[in-house]
Amino acid sequence: MLAKRIIPCLDVDNGRVVKGVKFVDIRDAGDPVEVARRYDREGADEITFLDITASSDNRETIVHVVEQVASEVFIPLTVGGGIRTVDDVRRMLNAGADKVGINTAAVFNPEFVREAAERFGSQCIVVAIDAKRVSSDGEPLRWEVFTHGGRKSAGLDAIEWAKKMADYGAGEILLTSMDRDGTKIGFDLELTRAISRAVPIPVIASGGVGNLDHLVAGVKEGEADAVLAASIFHFARYSVGEAKQYMAEQGIEVRS
Amino acid sequence: MSAPLIAVIDYGLGNVRNMVNALNKVGAQPILTNSKKKILSADALVLPGVGAFSHGMKQLKEHALIDVIHKFASTNKPFLGVCLGMQMMFDKSDEFGETKGLGLIAGDIKIINIDSTKRQRLPHVGWNNIIVPDNALSWEGTILSGIQNNADMYFIHSYAASPILQDVLLAVTQYHDYIFCSAVKNGNIYGVQFHPEKSATSGLLVLKNLISLA
Repeated sequence: MLAKRIIPCLDVDNGRVVKGVKFVDIRDAGDPVEVARRYDREGADEITFLDITASSDNRETIVHVVEQVASEVFIPLTVGGGIRTVDDVRRMLNAGADKVGINTAAVFNPEFVREAAERFGSQCIVVAIDAKRVSSDGEPLRWEVFTHGGRKSAGLDAIEWAKKMADYGAGEILLTSMDRDGTKIGFDLELTRAISRAVPIPVIASGGVGNLDHLVAGVKEGEADAVLAASIFHFARYSVGEAKQYMAEQGIEVRS
Repeated sequence: MSAPLIAVIDYGLGNVRNMVNALNKVGAQPILTNSKKKILSADALVLPGVGAFSHGMKQLKEHALIDVIHKFASTNKPFLGVCLGMQMMFDKSDEFGETKGLGLIAGDIKIINIDSTKRQRLPHVGWNNIIVPDNALSWEGTILSGIQNNADMYFIHSYAASPILQDVLLAVTQYHDYIFCSAVKNGNIYGVQFHPEKSATSGLLVLKNLISLA
């Protein structure tokens, strides 16, 4: 049976893992290769790197990170952050990424998604959607796509947008609730379920994970195909292995 | 003994670097090439590839690789096709109109049959089990030697192979109600639908087995 995936996410700034990764048994917790190796050993199904390097001068650093990780870690790698052109996609794939995450560039130029999917195949195109609730209490639920870290609405309905991106050739949707991101109170399950039911491609739930029950809920109630989390793994609150074991105990198929 | 030389066919498609990385990891001497001479002198051959069948075949033709692949296949040296590389070993595919394949294994490539009313999804992406088919005796002595029945491997595809002869089936995988051929063996010719170079330790064992057959 196809297993539900657990995907740890690492923020990388200038080639270093940030947001306080804490592992007692890792010498250099800022080294993406060491952290990726650790997640691989624990049984992570994939690893996602989010490049948050602000300066465009330093964008090459993520390419070297991907090259190094890909020669040591043999599970799928996704790279997001700053992917704007077909050339960016090619560079990441050539460096050893299996998939790229496209976010803002898709909003500003949806044709880019189509072009990238046609050129490199849908299997490597993950469209990242940052969604935020815009409906008031009592109204039917509605979410819009946001950019700029959740500050600006793109004026797009999130469900319609997800459908359009699937149509344009996205292979997967990485869905982040901007209301929940960083809150540790769990995924926006209504959002996750609404998008999962609307598109024919796999949906990765993200934003808000604070404990292992949240991961279970993402799959069972949110109907997600994969769950992505950052901080619960970084601070070694739970290992990826513990997360998988817990999910298995709750009757979810995971890779052993 | 020096490390076996494994030619990885470079035909301008997808992400081949990870195959080279993984072969390096398991102690082979991989060489990414489209030179006929280098391909024929290698101890084993790998045809990687992701993307559309028709595009893959077009690229093989453009790089004038069809003959050399057939020539290599007729030696007794191990030849492994991965994902699209496996699919192209068959007679033909339905993807974007019928396209002829390499014809090394009898059968064709069809879209995975899902029930979209049940929110079943394509592509089939993620970790799924490879299973010893009913007709197969065991995986001993093949590229799946030492792999546990039901081992998880990483897949990402929407089409899958249907071999005509059941005796070439080496492993099967089930996605919802659809059971497809996830590994195939026709003499020295092997194909795997999953990505051994992305399937953690089980995947690396497949590549190690390939080397030991070389």
